[in-house]
Amino acid sequence: MPPFRAVDGIDFEFGRGEVFGFLGPNGAGKSSTMRMLGATSPVSAGTLRVLGMDPAEKGPEIRARIGVVPQDDCLDRELTVRENLFVYGRYFGLAKNVIRERIAGLLAFAQLEEQADAQVETLSGGMRRRLTIARSLINQPEILLLDEPTTGLDPQARHVLWDRLYRLKRDGVTLIITTHYMDEAEQLCDRLAVMDGGKIVAEGSPRELIDAHVTREVLELRFPADDQAEVAERLRAAQLGERIELLPDRVVVYADDGETVLVAVHGMSLAPITALVRRATLEDVFLKLTGRSLID
Amino acid sequence: MIASGWTLRRTGSLVERNARIYRRSLSPVLASLLEPLLYLLSIGFGVGTLVGKVPGIDVRYAAFVAPAILATTAMNAAFNQMTFVVFTRMKTDRTYDAIVPTPLSIADIALGEVASAVLSSLLPSIGFVLVMLALGLVVSPGILLAIPAALLVGYAFGGAGLAVTTYLRDFSDFQLIQLVMLPMFLFATTFYPLSVYPGWARPVVEILPLYQSIQLLREPALGIFHWDIAVAVLYLLAVGSFGLALATRRLTRQLLA
Repeated sequence: MPPFRAVDGIDFEFGRGEVFGFLGPNGAGKSSTMRMLGATSPVSAGTLRVLGMDPAEKGPEIRARIGVVPQDDCLDRELTVRENLFVYGRYFGLAKNVIRERIAGLLAFAQLEEQADAQVETLSGGMRRRLTIARSLINQPEILLLDEPTTGLDPQARHVLWDRLYRLKRDGVTLIITTHYMDEAEQLCDRLAVMDGGKIVAEGSPRELIDAHVTREVLELRFPADDQAEVAERLRAAQLGERIELLPDRVVVYADDGETVLVAVHGMSLAPITALVRRATLEDVFLKLTGRSLID
Repeated sequence: MIASGWTLRRTGSLVERNARIYRRSLSPVLASLLEPLLYLLSIGFGVGTLVGKVPGIDVRYAAFVAPAILATTAMNAAFNQMTFVVFTRMKTDRTYDAIVPTPLSIADIALGEVASAVLSSLLPSIGFVLVMLALGLVVSPGILLAIPAALLVGYAFGGAGLAVTTYLRDFSDFQLIQLVMLPMFLFATTFYPLSVYPGWARPVVEILPLYQSIQLLREPALGIFHWDIAVAVLYLLAVGSFGLALATRRLTRQLLA
């Protein structure tokens, strides 16, 4: 069996102060790409420069200037919130008084001032994730790599986290995030690379990607499961919308004006169980480009 | 290279982290003293009353056994730290996943862990020497060499333990480790001198790292200063360094996937 290729020839650039996202399903090669960017995984072929340096030669120097928020928090559970930050600062060779000064600011940033001397064990998932982000900022990184930053968090905790990330962006930190949530990608990212099977299948701003690959609106129709395929054929024959996608649970019609198509559907004396006209999203872009949905 | 090189400062930051966790409680140190104490009392003093004196050595039996149990204490403190504790950090706590993205190299991590193991063998060793003193088992000022010797034993078994850990698949593999460690403890001249063995068996015993550790501690403790201590020093340095190098190599592959 040939060795597995998690990442197979990708080409991208990002600039200072930008929020760049890798959007793709699990196994698309996002995390592998992040490890290479973070100078913790060797690049087998091609050229990679991070902060103008080659990770193969300047690993520690690159890692000293970036921050990494891993998918699992990997906090020191035996230590307190404050100690976690302190110990991490020492890995970067920071002087003890410098770390103590920074901890005060980071605790405020992560909204963990009251938990400063609590054991990590007692924190909620959202608090742990904020601590992990605070920890990654102890060396005042120029680039912050966040791997699936909000996976596993409840909606409220996600919004708190997004708010913190906006603040970092405003402060000029370059954010590189991976996500399989299209709302997260749309909310946070200036530019996106859509990944699938270890390759970048499209790149651009969320708006550009939607404009380039899908129509302005989408009409979602649900019919009894047995009828869906037949209905999709009839809609195709009638040349409704620009494109018709048959999904297991619904028929999706891409059109710039969804309402007009819906009227036409009713005119064909078809009676969908539900019909929904909505704005096109990155989810649709992904479906168009790969034929699959983001979350299986 | 992503992985290569180590610096004192980076290695020291990991030692500092571990020290912060160890110092949270004294109970691990007391726990690691309990087992050797039980051996010393039951075998050193208990069985010792039947044994009397060891042929060729003019000390009571407990004073003969004590340095060997001290060597075992240093061995266990370091070895358990580098096997059970490190394996838990790798598999359960994912500690290294957070450290790998920092400037620390894999060499820094491996050396930092082994250095921590050496330090964690220091306190139980000092504690055991004090117990020996209290029980009247100190027969020569050579016992003072036992402390640096215990650190060297900690290095040998720390390095070896870390290498072993890179081969473990899950927690049930620890039973296999016991299958090696227990016989070594029993047969590495802990409770009787090498002269008990027939000639052909002696080289087999002499090659055991615990035998070399016991030699290194026992001879000076009994006031014997012989050139074979130098052999033990070099042997233990070699075992620790080989283990450390092998562990670094394997961890590089495992942590930088």
